[in-house]
Amino acid sequence: MSIKIIAEKCTGCTLCVKSCPFAAIKMVERKAVIDLDTCTLCGACVESCKFNAIDLKKELGGADADLSHFKGVWVFAEQREGKIQSVAYELLSEGKKLAGVLKTELCAVLCGDQNIEEELDHLFDYGADKVYLLIHPELKHYHTAPYTRAIAEAITKYKPEIMLLGATTMGRDLAARLAIRVGAGLTADCTGLDIDPIKKILLQTRPAFGGNIMATIQAPRHRPQMSTVRPKVFKKIKVAAPKKGEVIRFSPVINAEDLLVKLLEIVADESVKVNLSEAEIIVSGGRGLQEAKNFKLIEELAAILGGAVGASRATVDAGWISAHHQVGQTGKTVSPKLYIACGIAGKIQHLAGMQSSDTIVAINKDPDAPIFKVATYGIVGDLFEYVPLLTRQIKELRG
Amino acid sequence: MDIIVCIKQVPDTTEVRINPETNTLIREGVPSIVNPFDENAVEAALQLKELHGGKVTVVTMGPPQAAEALKTTIAMGADEVVLVSDRAFAGSDTWATSYTLSQAIKKLGKFDLILCGKQAIDGDTAQVGPGIAEWLNIPQVTFASKIEVNGSTAKIERLLEEVNEVVECPLPAVVTVVKQINEPRLPSLKGLMRAKKAEVKTLNATEIEGDPKNMGLNGSPTSVVRIFTPPAKGGGEVLSGEANEVVTKLLDKLKERKII
Repeated sequence: MSIKIIAEKCTGCTLCVKSCPFAAIKMVERKAVIDLDTCTLCGACVESCKFNAIDLKKELGGADADLSHFKGVWVFAEQREGKIQSVAYELLSEGKKLAGVLKTELCAVLCGDQNIEEELDHLFDYGADKVYLLIHPELKHYHTAPYTRAIAEAITKYKPEIMLLGATTMGRDLAARLAIRVGAGLTADCTGLDIDPIKKILLQTRPAFGGNIMATIQAPRHRPQMSTVRPKVFKKIKVAAPKKGEVIRFSPVINAEDLLVKLLEIVADESVKVNLSEAEIIVSGGRGLQEAKNFKLIEELAAILGGAVGASRATVDAGWISAHHQVGQTGKTVSPKLYIACGIAGKIQHLAGMQSSDTIVAINKDPDAPIFKVATYGIVGDLFEYVPLLTRQIKELRG
Repeated sequence: MDIIVCIKQVPDTTEVRINPETNTLIREGVPSIVNPFDENAVEAALQLKELHGGKVTVVTMGPPQAAEALKTTIAMGADEVVLVSDRAFAGSDTWATSYTLSQAIKKLGKFDLILCGKQAIDGDTAQVGPGIAEWLNIPQVTFASKIEVNGSTAKIERLLEEVNEVVECPLPAVVTVVKQINEPRLPSLKGLMRAKKAEVKTLNATEIEGDPKNMGLNGSPTSVVRIFTPPAKGGGEVLSGEANEVVTKLLDKLKERKII
């Protein structure tokens, strides 16, 4: 981004000087002058100016600048209701490798109200060298605008070379806006990350065309290089001897215009026992279940495995189960250790949402069902016979 | 209320096949469709217009043939369509695309709401909707499964991982919608007739007063290094035999893999 005063329009009224939270504007010969070293491009002055004399432009970051100023791998430590989400730890674990190759530091960015400090140590457990702690009452719950404002301020100030976020509803909502604000390249829903050994840039691999092809994407000339990363693709690994690193606390400036969207209500879904995106094991049901009440079989198997209940689009459309369970392009993209598909034919939209799972088990009557093409283990048979049997044998196994 | 819907013409990915010999994407004969999530956005716009009156304008950025996708939306009931098209836009990633669309939208005059599908089924990025909101400096609400407009604000339900969130948002805003929001209507016969005769307004790079630095390849920080077919899943194993035996075999395999 860049900012400048349009001298012809500036009347010397000093409103902008008063509006600047960073005291970055001075009057010189009755015209406003911005100290670019102090300015964080927060935009408060633009709103205060009645004469449209301040021009704040988004520009691609670092295009002509010396990219070596940008250092460090940053991970957005997604928190919900004060708990850091598993995807943040997965990204720290993967980020540690990238930071190692680049010989740079691994940093977490944690946003919240003052209570979020309690979660801080977990970030060091998963390898963070440094934590940027962005504390503000308006950051307690995620909202696009205040989060974008706060993190953009941190990025502009501390200049990371890589920024990773989980490809969750939150991460994707935030990253898309943030990338434009700070002028960064952004790659969505990555399933592979690497560093180009010569150019030292981030190589981001992701599925496209419904998972039919993979594309490796780079953003060589701009910083930070941003990616959202699919949850569960990388394993979270606690470091052997965690060190409590540096904590950089700051209170971001959040403007009134960032608080326009208001949360009215959170509608809980009682049928969700385990979050699909965070689950290690998912048991999914499809049209083969024949009717709503038979989802009970899926729920029983999921419960004994400690897994989540998934569903094909057909069953959600038929009203057998809520949309929070839907796996596939229209629903969620998941990548658990084990995915058990019961009575699911495996249309491409469904496969796109689950084929990056580690191990896939398919149970289907139709030997030609496409689900068998991606299955690690296939059982050609009636789910009404096999699913209860599976539940029973696991129960016996666990005594 | 005046509603703008941004759509994308995409290849029907359900028809995309892999050539087993060359292991490449077979694109020939793959039909182009309106991105399915964008059809939900058009439907949501038409429903809001039915309730509140006003106008639905559908915009797309793409090559000249993307006019076909726009005509589909006229057949559904859209009032006006605009094709933003120029060779200067070639190679645009989501950064450049959201800039270009936002510039075009500025040229279309006053609007109360911009609707987009949650993502396109070819790229699956979900980045252009929020990008447009940022360029226009207005609020965004993503993954909407319900929209109610009351005067100058909207009450929107968002479909998140485990819960739904209900927010209130002042207009104008950008809202991206999920499939669950509605069932898109089929084109009517009258609509199809209208679509045939309809004029597709075109805007080029000069007309949208686009800054060349932000458009096409120049305005795209990301580029594709390589495209490849995902490695095959190593040919799955079908377990057969008597049911009890099959399940035992499966559990042994899962134990071997340290999953259970």
